[in-house]
Amino acid sequence: MRVRLALAWFGLMLALPAAAAEYVALPGGTFTSVLPADGKAAAAQVAPFRLRTELVTNGEFLAFVQKHPQWQRDKVAGILADARYLTQWEAPLVPGGQALPRQPVTRVSWFAAQAYCESEGARLPSWYEWEFAAAADATRRDARADPAWRESILGWYSRPSSSALPEVGGVANVYGVRDMNGLVWEWVDDFNALMVASDSREQGDPDLLKFCGAGAISLQEKENYAVLMRIAMLSALKAADTTNNLGFRCAKSN
Amino acid sequence: MSRPLSTVLAALAVFALAACSDKPPASPAAATPPASTSVASQRGDFGPPQGEPIHAVLTSPPHVPPPIHRNYPAKVIVELEVVEKEMPISEGVSYTFWTFGGTVPGSFIRVRQGDTVEFHLKNAPDSKMPHNIDLHGVTGPGGGAASSFTAPGHESQFTFKALNQGIFVYHCATAPVGMHIANGMYGLILVEPPEGLAPVDHEYYVMQGDFYTTGKYRQKGLQPFDMEKAIDEHPTYVLFNGREGALTGDNALTAKTNETVRLFVGNGGPNLVSSFHVIGEIFDKVQPEGGTIAQHNVQTTLIPSGGAATVEFHTDVPGSYVLVDHSIFRAFNKGALGILKVDGPEDKSIYSGKEVDSVYLGDRSEPNLKAVTVAAQAHAAGTLTKEEQIAAGKQLFTGTCSVCHQANGEGLANVFPPLAKSDFLAADPKRAMSIVTHGLTGKITVNGHEYDSVMPPMSQLNDDEVANILTYVINSWDNPGGQFSKEDVAKARAEAGPHAEPEH
Repeated sequence: MRVRLALAWFGLMLALPAAAAEYVALPGGTFTSVLPADGKAAAAQVAPFRLRTELVTNGEFLAFVQKHPQWQRDKVAGILADARYLTQWEAPLVPGGQALPRQPVTRVSWFAAQAYCESEGARLPSWYEWEFAAAADATRRDARADPAWRESILGWYSRPSSSALPEVGGVANVYGVRDMNGLVWEWVDDFNALMVASDSREQGDPDLLKFCGAGAISLQEKENYAVLMRIAMLSALKAADTTNNLGFRCAKSN
Repeated sequence: MSRPLSTVLAALAVFALAACSDKPPASPAAATPPASTSVASQRGDFGPPQGEPIHAVLTSPPHVPPPIHRNYPAKVIVELEVVEKEMPISEGVSYTFWTFGGTVPGSFIRVRQGDTVEFHLKNAPDSKMPHNIDLHGVTGPGGGAASSFTAPGHESQFTFKALNQGIFVYHCATAPVGMHIANGMYGLILVEPPEGLAPVDHEYYVMQGDFYTTGKYRQKGLQPFDMEKAIDEHPTYVLFNGREGALTGDNALTAKTNETVRLFVGNGGPNLVSSFHVIGEIFDKVQPEGGTIAQHNVQTTLIPSGGAATVEFHTDVPGSYVLVDHSIFRAFNKGALGILKVDGPEDKSIYSGKEVDSVYLGDRSEPNLKAVTVAAQAHAAGTLTKEEQIAAGKQLFTGTCSVCHQANGEGLANVFPPLAKSDFLAADPKRAMSIVTHGLTGKITVNGHEYDSVMPPMSQLNDDEVANILTYVINSWDNPGGQFSKEDVAKARAEAGPHAEPEH
């Protein structure tokens, strides 16, 4: 027993980066979201918050499930994670060669992501927080009007996902947050509320986003569609769902 | 006499129509379709499904599932998987396609009118995107789109009754719809009439689509999707079956002579309308837009984006028949080409092949060649004057020489040397006869400028014409003057050609 513990501890030391997860402060403010706050055109208000600079990795998630066995894939409750939960790992406590320690963890449900964030004294970011942080590039807080920003997102959409995921630690944006676009999808706290309009008579049927022409109906500017595809992805999910390209990071309120 | 009777009948018919338009039909007879109307145009609810559920046979393009020989409505299970994958779009060029069933266009689905279709849409676990399906053959909101929105690694199921017969497009309708379609997410579903389709020797599945890549046409490597080009409707590729070469070379469609061919031709778009044409064939029968009413003897049929047609023709003459979008730059510059190869014996009574290959002197299009005629007559009479030669030569010059040397004899700087006040010409006027009859290639210096190009032999001009042209040239534009005779030209023609650089 002691040997096993020691081995597990050793594994933990290998898997975990030396420092604890890093969070940076983002100022928040008035923000023009692709999803207007009132269903028409109103800007979103984002309170100052702190965001994890990096996605949660396999190494970090391994430490979490070791400490919280109820989130190991063979022990998790079926209503909290679907059958694909962490199946890329070799064994419940062995990520293995297909899930390297510094690669972002994927195939995690919203419930599991939320539980992980709680273990760090944090929570999942809201959509507005996530979108606010992702609007930045390396030099600007809002790079969305730059075609190059949009192209970088679309470039990721155009790449097939047959090859292994890159490791975390991409170029930091102006806030110091990395890999917001171009690595994985990310859970947000309110993923399942993104389709709900404040007044469905004004914005139309919430289901419209799933149909022909929906993009034209709900988008104010055509560059928004790159972001909208992320919303479409999130809105396709249920909280227990997991996918190969869906990971998460955490946020904290100030 | 039948004419008075038919006139009366026609008048009665007009009256009856007028009566109908005045008020809604009240009699039961008006509500019942006339016996001559086929079931084809009626909604096909033939009651609940019967028998064991049937798993639909799905085929990859250009193949079509076998005809349905069934006389009752059944429950048909369709299982279609969405796969995002990198595939070649042209030689040395790849693209990340989003597909229904791993191909572009997606798997062909064939059911019978009145069937109850249980549709399973699976989204592969390694997909990045959620997808859904809108089948134009479905009666219901979104054509199934709302009920089939599927996250990666999930499966959706919905059921519909195929009420209307026809050939229908299906496509992904997840936002942004245009991008999902542009990436290849479309295909065809055939809803056969209850009595089936007339038997043919071959059925093929062809679908056009336009593609938008950031790189140019045939620029090598993995090419990403270009939203700007898509919005501007400026496709990089216009293709049949999702790949340049999908229907050419070893992949060509095949048939034998004296066979019937049926093509199910769809157009996924996202933007362009197709002017579908098969070079060398006439469609004996087209069902435009996939509808029930047939059109006959059609050369080119318009296929809307998000539409399809059934075209049928009989093969009479062997050879290669080229499928094109007759918006023809798309065919030869963007890839919209396919081949139907027909093998079998020749039938010279229908098509002879080439019987004559002769020169047609189309370049002497000068409307008034009267002076040439006068000169020819004068020469025949032995009274040809220098002035007549110049007049005739001027007109011939316009038809042939002025294209390069220009009407004013100035030539084009650095490309075509001048004939006007030409030191090269003046140095050796006789050489000109040799140049015209034999051509001239290589470096020469004219009036202090070097020229290095090719003048082909003007072998379409006879000796008479060359003599007249040169007489005109030597007496024009400050050239020294002189005269050339038909006999001189004949002699020059018989000798060896000129050299660009004088021998030392």
